[in-house]
Amino acid sequence: MKSTRRGKVVSYNKWGYIFLIPFVVVYLVFSFIPLVSTIYNSFFENYRSGLTQIGPNFVGLENFKTILTSGEVWIYAKNTMIMWILGFIPQIVISLLLGAWFSDPSLRLKCQGFFKTVIYLPNLIMASAFAMLFFALFSDGGPINSLLMQAGLISTPFKFLSNVWSARFLVAAMNCLMWFGNTTILLMAGMMGIDTSLFEAARVDGATSTQVFYKITLPLLRPILIYVMITSLIGGLQMFDVPQILTKGSGDPMRSTMTLIMYLNRHLFSKNYGLGGALSVILFVITGVLSMVVFKVSNQKEIN
Amino acid sequence: MKEVSSNGTKKGMNIHARRGLAYIVLVVITILCLFWFLLLFINTTRSHSELNQGFSIIPSKYLFSNIQKLVKMGERLPILRGLLNSLIVAGLSAVLSTYFSVMTAYAIHAYDFKLKKFMFTFILMIMMIPTQVTALGFLQLVSNMKLEDSFIPLIVPTIAAPVTFFYMKQYMESSLPLSLIEAARIDGSGEFRTFNSIVMPLMKPAIAVQAIFTFVSSWNNYFTPALILHEPKMRTVPILIAQLRSMDWSNLDTGVVYAMIGLSIFPVIIVYLFLSKHIVQGVAMGSVKG
Repeated sequence: MKSTRRGKVVSYNKWGYIFLIPFVVVYLVFSFIPLVSTIYNSFFENYRSGLTQIGPNFVGLENFKTILTSGEVWIYAKNTMIMWILGFIPQIVISLLLGAWFSDPSLRLKCQGFFKTVIYLPNLIMASAFAMLFFALFSDGGPINSLLMQAGLISTPFKFLSNVWSARFLVAAMNCLMWFGNTTILLMAGMMGIDTSLFEAARVDGATSTQVFYKITLPLLRPILIYVMITSLIGGLQMFDVPQILTKGSGDPMRSTMTLIMYLNRHLFSKNYGLGGALSVILFVITGVLSMVVFKVSNQKEIN
Repeated sequence: MKEVSSNGTKKGMNIHARRGLAYIVLVVITILCLFWFLLLFINTTRSHSELNQGFSIIPSKYLFSNIQKLVKMGERLPILRGLLNSLIVAGLSAVLSTYFSVMTAYAIHAYDFKLKKFMFTFILMIMMIPTQVTALGFLQLVSNMKLEDSFIPLIVPTIAAPVTFFYMKQYMESSLPLSLIEAARIDGSGEFRTFNSIVMPLMKPAIAVQAIFTFVSSWNNYFTPALILHEPKMRTVPILIAQLRSMDWSNLDTGVVYAMIGLSIFPVIIVYLFLSKHIVQGVAMGSVKG
């Protein structure tokens, strides 16, 4: 193996392939095959009706047609988007603000380590337990209602989970709380990377800090902002744990907090593999397109 | 960096006012972040009847009795078993995922081969594919392999972790000089031995960060385990949480509910408080390139 110099180079590089074996094998078995069989399933009618198994029969694009024309999926897509937007707007505003403050040396903020530790904390919390906690705290006889009543703000308990907008708002608030720390740290890293000479030039020209933020920081942060927004959107499409636990999988009130993945989960549990497959393929295509945008944006950054 | 505002604020807000505002906002946000967990802690120490009386910020003395009652519910809600199961799954995932991600990153970092560029691009492309969209096929595969009610389908797939791989690759670029590997070769060390005895120790800081992330995301994972694990004694903590949620709440001891939530949240918080510095740095480092 190591007889000649030339042989050495070749035999070393074959180790590149050897070290890739575990990744490739595991990926093929546990991700690639499932992906292919999910797509395959989406073309077949395959479900249980009572005790009888129907299919699998090849039906072409019939499953996609059923999903897209049933109307249900559009309601759940709308719910998912509403809850994502409700959470994302405060998240990005707070993150930009905190990122700008943390990366501004003239402010000389103390205890930065402490604040960063605190804002990142909710990200590590088990989403299902967090939703369970919010369910207990915001239940009709829970501590939040009793606090509001003790403070004299309301006279009867407010039914947070029976009201469409308060239920959606709770889901959005939890998502925002769990993710703004992560976003802040990402944006801060981006802000630290901006060429300082630009800020010096602005200072010479007498720009205020607000002007600097809008005219320099924000435009230069655009690639990272797009990255944050799209990755958050991909994450938003996967929204599941929080609404599932909060509403016991029902998506109540009146299915207004039912997300796309909760819908998929229902098909998986009822073993309706045809419709589940079609829904999976649709979600796969959407995330695929969004990922391509992220990929383009981060490659652009590299070139710059 | 930004030395703008200190002297350049003719029209803008004065620096002291800006700093004051920043602190006020930060304190408010800190309270918003911690309030829930503080309330959770206080409520785990209160008894059912105390909790029914309403909101309070004064801790009581029923912490251990709540936990005891929860453990006694073991028949219906095997929490101790659940914690152990979660620990096994998350621990093994963290070990396997980091070891093999370093191996994958090393293959791409240290060797030149035909498919190198293709593999790197490929792994970056699959990074964003959510596990949920392949769950259907995954579920069928698992049942064909007779691996339902087993931890294997939760642990083994973490070997192929694109995000962990990417972090390891980034870390290698900054702190694993190829000359070192060359030197090991001259000393007659085999490639596999070089990897285990030289590369792995050098990657320790990155391994620590990613081990924590993998552990936490596996510990918190609900979607996949809920589809695979059905038997009560195999259930992990998030599944038990869902089970608790669907129980009849009118017969449930509220103190026990909080104890259950506390037991799934506080271990992570305690570990995090010890390691937060490295974790926050790790997030920032992983993001530099995006």
